[in-house]
Amino acid sequence: MKRARMLYGLSVVAILALVLSACATPTPQVIKETTVVKETVEVTKVVVATATPETVPEKKGYKIAMVVKNLGNPFFEAAKKGCEEAAKELGDECIFQGPATPTAEGQIEIIDALIAQKVDVIAITANDPDALVPVCKKAMDAGIKVVTWDSAVAPGGRQIFVNQADMEQIGRIEVQMLAEMIDYKGQIAILSAASTMTNQNTWIEWMKEELKDPKYKDMELVTVVYGDDLREKSYTEAQGLFKSYPELKGIISPTTVGIAAAARALTDAGLCGKIALTGLGLPSEMAEYIKSGCCKEMALWNPIDLGYMATYVSHLMASGEITGKPGEKLTAGKLGERTVVDDGAGGGMVLLGPPFKFNAENIDEWKNVY
Amino acid sequence: MTSLTKAPPKRFIMLSLLLRWEWLLVLLIIVACFVNASLSRYFLDVDNLFDMTFNFMEKSLVALPMTFIIISGNIDLSVASNLAMSAVIMATAFQSGLNIWLAVLLGLCIGTIGGLINGLLVSRLRLPALAVTLGTYALYRGVAFVLLGDLVVKGFPDSFIYIGQGNVLNTPVPVPLLLFSVMAVVFGLVLHRTAFGRLIYAIGNNEEACRYSGVAVNRIKVIIFALSGFMSALAGVIMTARFGSVRPNIAAGLELDVITAVVLGGVDIFGGQGSILGVVLALFLMGITRFGMSLKNVPGQVQSTLIGFLLILAILLPQLLRRFALRSRG
Amino acid sequence: MSVIARKKRRSVLLTIAGVRETGISIFILLLVVVVSLRSPYFLTVSNIKDVLMDIAILSIVAIGEAMVIITRGIDLSVASTLALAGMAVGMTISSHPEIPPGGALLMGMGIGAVLGSVNGLLVTKGHIPPIITTLGTMSIYRGLVFAISGGAWVDADEMTKEFIGMTKGEILFIPNLVFMAGIVAIISYYFLNHTSTGRQIYALGSNPTAARVAGIHVHRNLFLAYLISGILCGMGGVLWISRYASAQSDTAVGFELQAIAAAVVGGVSTLGGSGTIPGVLLGSLLLGIVVNALSLVHISPFWKLAVQGLIILAAVVTDALLSRRLQQSRSAEGTS
Repeated sequence: MKRARMLYGLSVVAILALVLSACATPTPQVIKETTVVKETVEVTKVVVATATPETVPEKKGYKIAMVVKNLGNPFFEAAKKGCEEAAKELGDECIFQGPATPTAEGQIEIIDALIAQKVDVIAITANDPDALVPVCKKAMDAGIKVVTWDSAVAPGGRQIFVNQADMEQIGRIEVQMLAEMIDYKGQIAILSAASTMTNQNTWIEWMKEELKDPKYKDMELVTVVYGDDLREKSYTEAQGLFKSYPELKGIISPTTVGIAAAARALTDAGLCGKIALTGLGLPSEMAEYIKSGCCKEMALWNPIDLGYMATYVSHLMASGEITGKPGEKLTAGKLGERTVVDDGAGGGMVLLGPPFKFNAENIDEWKNVY
Repeated sequence: MTSLTKAPPKRFIMLSLLLRWEWLLVLLIIVACFVNASLSRYFLDVDNLFDMTFNFMEKSLVALPMTFIIISGNIDLSVASNLAMSAVIMATAFQSGLNIWLAVLLGLCIGTIGGLINGLLVSRLRLPALAVTLGTYALYRGVAFVLLGDLVVKGFPDSFIYIGQGNVLNTPVPVPLLLFSVMAVVFGLVLHRTAFGRLIYAIGNNEEACRYSGVAVNRIKVIIFALSGFMSALAGVIMTARFGSVRPNIAAGLELDVITAVVLGGVDIFGGQGSILGVVLALFLMGITRFGMSLKNVPGQVQSTLIGFLLILAILLPQLLRRFALRSRG
Repeated sequence: MSVIARKKRRSVLLTIAGVRETGISIFILLLVVVVSLRSPYFLTVSNIKDVLMDIAILSIVAIGEAMVIITRGIDLSVASTLALAGMAVGMTISSHPEIPPGGALLMGMGIGAVLGSVNGLLVTKGHIPPIITTLGTMSIYRGLVFAISGGAWVDADEMTKEFIGMTKGEILFIPNLVFMAGIVAIISYYFLNHTSTGRQIYALGSNPTAARVAGIHVHRNLFLAYLISGILCGMGGVLWISRYASAQSDTAVGFELQAIAAAVVGGVSTLGGSGTIPGVLLGSLLLGIVVNALSLVHISPFWKLAVQGLIILAAVVTDALLSRRLQQSRSAEGTS
């Protein structure tokens, strides 16, 4: 009995020591101690690379902080690869950070800490374009360059926007792909992320715009539902779609979580081929469904390239080589030359390129990339 | 602590006094500051330290009435949803032309009504608070979505923005911090120095006995739930001003942070015990720990993991010390 | 003779009317009638199957949650346990596709058992109140999901057909998932109502002091409740990643509130000591029907959450009022 107690006490002390040591040398320790899976090595390496801001005495390059919507999201994990690749080429440091859940509150807390650390650039993809404006202004007042990418902060809170692809083009292309699949006829529905996501909402506006073209006169958008980027909710919403609209011919899901959940729901219900599916999806997640023909074609840009580009733009902003005014030219490493264009709100914007289409012919070469 | 734990023998009262929760929290705060300062040269900076508090003042405001509610043996899961609902109603009223300060008043009223509904359901119908507030947790957030959908309200006047983003006069003290300090003192006085406060403890210790001895249990419950609603709305006002905008999804998940802070502050989850001071210390402990970790760019998930460890350790540690002390003497 | 018969009939009626689940059953029936008037697809076989599949995992987790709540505790870590078990199993099967689905299920339950015992140990040996323990482990387990996966995910391509198929097939027209939930429910029902350990769990929930005095091993039984909850969450985790063919670090975020809602709506008292397995199943069914119905009737997506909240509230209120009324009439009957 006594012995058991002592063991118990000892184990608690061990846990305490573990936590303290974790505090002392940020995360690697914790992960090392708690991980049981092979991936450890890679994880530790990454964390070490991102969590040594002050241990390097001679300052080489810039501190570029990439703040994403939430950690553990496949799309952003891919963007991180691009950030690290670009930072290595430029001799900069890529601080990859994000809250545990996709909230504006969490991002603000992180940005506050980044301002306190006096990083050189904050490159952010916003959970809420408006709520982040005050803190981004604060960052700019502190002399930090604010770059926004993927999901933009509202114009007052950014200096340049790295846009994955033209919003209009993304919206239109999704309708065009679906129209091809269903022969320009029948009811269609949209399965979106959360109703507060500006990206998705803008794309949906452009989809509606595209649908006004007379060639789509036989296609009818019956509803827009929201799966909140939660797998089970998106799955249930997709099910609800094909039950409440028995005549439904096609679904567009402009979100990577939504399209994968919809593909699963279609497969399970045996409706592949009867209801067409397209949208924006990650090749690795969608490989199975593209091969099975459940989703014949979908689009996406390369998130690795997007992270790479955002990091290059961040570097150039920090060094003052560009200031974010339309008309400026820049070279983004392996991606080549780009021109800063007008973002329509008086600021500058850099475009990654047109969205890339994935189908049965090219999916195999991409599914292992991201 | 739980009803299953044996009370410590009398001769260790001295020891347990030393091990009072508040002291432990003070100690932990000192440790956290020390660790943070030694790890990051940006930590010990007056501006940074004051700036950091912006991030947890809304939680702190809500934690005060939550302390009352938990001491009385209840719980309120609807605080974050109520916050969102009242902020959205305030914002839509402002958007449709109402003076901003009247809109704020309206928002505060709505929040109070939301709390009142919880209180009435819990007290008059004698429903469990957990079940009721789980329902209003969905309902109030739902109302926010019904009203605003995928839209946003922004364009608030500077005088309003000031209460969420500004500093007091020319000092580095943020306005929300000042507001919270005043509120904390008021709540502390009410809980520890008034008959009303003592009744909250009494209800938490033995509700039935209170009823038999003629305490207006129902009325007190309604009041503290309404108070919780009011403070949630106030936090909503501050958050709106801090963000300069409102969406129906603001403050999602805030209720769990608030409850974590309250229990970390030494409030007995079964009611009857706890102090405002402990909760305030716990709020700052959590805030400082989070800020320190953010300075070291610890990923969000790992941060919450460590907060989880902190919560368990803070409660396990004094018990272990007590047990070791007991053994070494016995 | 006739007197006896009448008495017998009355007692049968009373047991039916007096069953704890009457309130919620009536509520569910009402809801079904209303929804089927609004949507013709609601009462189709395929839709009923979908509803049952949707609530299968919820009810498995909610049963574990209910056991903990019956002991006067609460388990907030269920969703994180589910996600952690799901991720660990997902990563294992993606690197070892030779593991059969059954093995994966056992592995998930094993991991769940370990995580549940940690909760149990902290509550019993550590004397930490359940809500604090599980609030802490909720964050810890969720963090571990992120730590072991490094933010990566396991997708459909990395899972075997058999594994994904585990939750898709049917046995005698009953979907596998529903079948498994049924087995869990039957075993739990037997365990709670017909074993002495089950009885002791109720006893210690309704009055821990008396239970200890009566010689019930309080700690052992408490520990057991958390262990069972963990095992069921582990099982739920494997079924989850099989059903949705994906394991991610944000799997099932917020699911703990649904599990608690299912138990509480199903009449499990948060004061401990009362609650039944059929009640939990009905609670899960109610939540499942609401979600399904809201996606079937053409309602603005922005209204869904508000309606969901209203229905939960209405169910809780109806149930409380009805069961109180029944109790009163029964005690009146008893004294007359």
